[in-house]
Amino acid sequence: MSSNANHSHHSGDAHGHDHHHGGHEASHGTYKSYMTGFILSVILTAIPFWLVMAKVIPDPAVTGAIVMILGAIQIIVHMIYFLHMNTRSEGGWNMMALIFTIVLVIIALSGSLWVMHHLNANMMPMSPEMMRNMP
Amino acid sequence: MTTHTANAPMDGETPAFYLKEEHHPEGSTMLGFWIYIMSDCLIFAVLFATYAVLGHSYAAGPSPADLFELPLVALNTAMLLFSSITYGFAMLAMEKDNKSGTLMWLTITGIFGALFIFFELYEFYHLILDGAGPQRSAFLSAFFTLVGTHGLHVTTGIVWLITLMVQVGRYGLIAENKRRLMCLSMFWHFLDVVWIGVFSLVYLMGVLG
Repeated sequence: MSSNANHSHHSGDAHGHDHHHGGHEASHGTYKSYMTGFILSVILTAIPFWLVMAKVIPDPAVTGAIVMILGAIQIIVHMIYFLHMNTRSEGGWNMMALIFTIVLVIIALSGSLWVMHHLNANMMPMSPEMMRNMP
Repeated sequence: MTTHTANAPMDGETPAFYLKEEHHPEGSTMLGFWIYIMSDCLIFAVLFATYAVLGHSYAAGPSPADLFELPLVALNTAMLLFSSITYGFAMLAMEKDNKSGTLMWLTITGIFGALFIFFELYEFYHLILDGAGPQRSAFLSAFFTLVGTHGLHVTTGIVWLITLMVQVGRYGLIAENKRRLMCLSMFWHFLDVVWIGVFSLVYLMGVLG
């Protein structure tokens, strides 16, 4: 209950002036920051769709790399402008949890791809007889 | 008596039993919810890893280039992006204690979310009708699991959104409802972040081959 009372006090106080102290701005944005994020997202979404649908670059590997890079940039844009991530929110614990998660995600993704690629590459090719005896 | 004198205020000075720290987090709900979002992020990471591993196992069936219709995906992406910005406007209206504005923007957000689900179900329906259901190949199993899990999250978000609209309508923008709306805001924007991964890795990379 005390945290609720505390919270209402602070949000009431936030209307008067644009104050920025530790933790509280974690959930706040301005009209300008939302619009900036939205316009950047539209641009960063439109470019990869245009590249793939209009087949602008003949080499699919180059297009793929650009699509993934633009996707990563758009995720960062969303984090900053929509989720209001910064190193100060919640005394830095938001960022700590995020960094921890990113490390786990990278380990899970690259580890899976690495291990499964080698598993596929080292599989014995199946002969037609083996195929026929498959369950 | 002598044991109590240690705690008693000395010469009119008020005793201070709290720490005056600058960056003490006020209320841990937001951090707790953020940690939930991060754990949800791990669920999606595992599903993305599964898709990345199995995404080329077509079992002599259709490939992404045969199945995916990018204009529909672009429309879906636009729906989710619009719903993100309208949720942002709902939050701005909430900060100004504008109840009717908050409810209006939440309604628009819900409509965009529902349209997203509608187009996704339309896509799934046609895939299954064409014989490209989840049981066709490992690629399609992984695809339906990943995109379906995201769709279920959005559906849950819409149910939560409607619940909060009833709450706000009945009790107004009280502190508890503001806290709940902030949690849903994080959840909703997080789903848009996951969708960026889906349309980049699954649809665009899939069509590229």
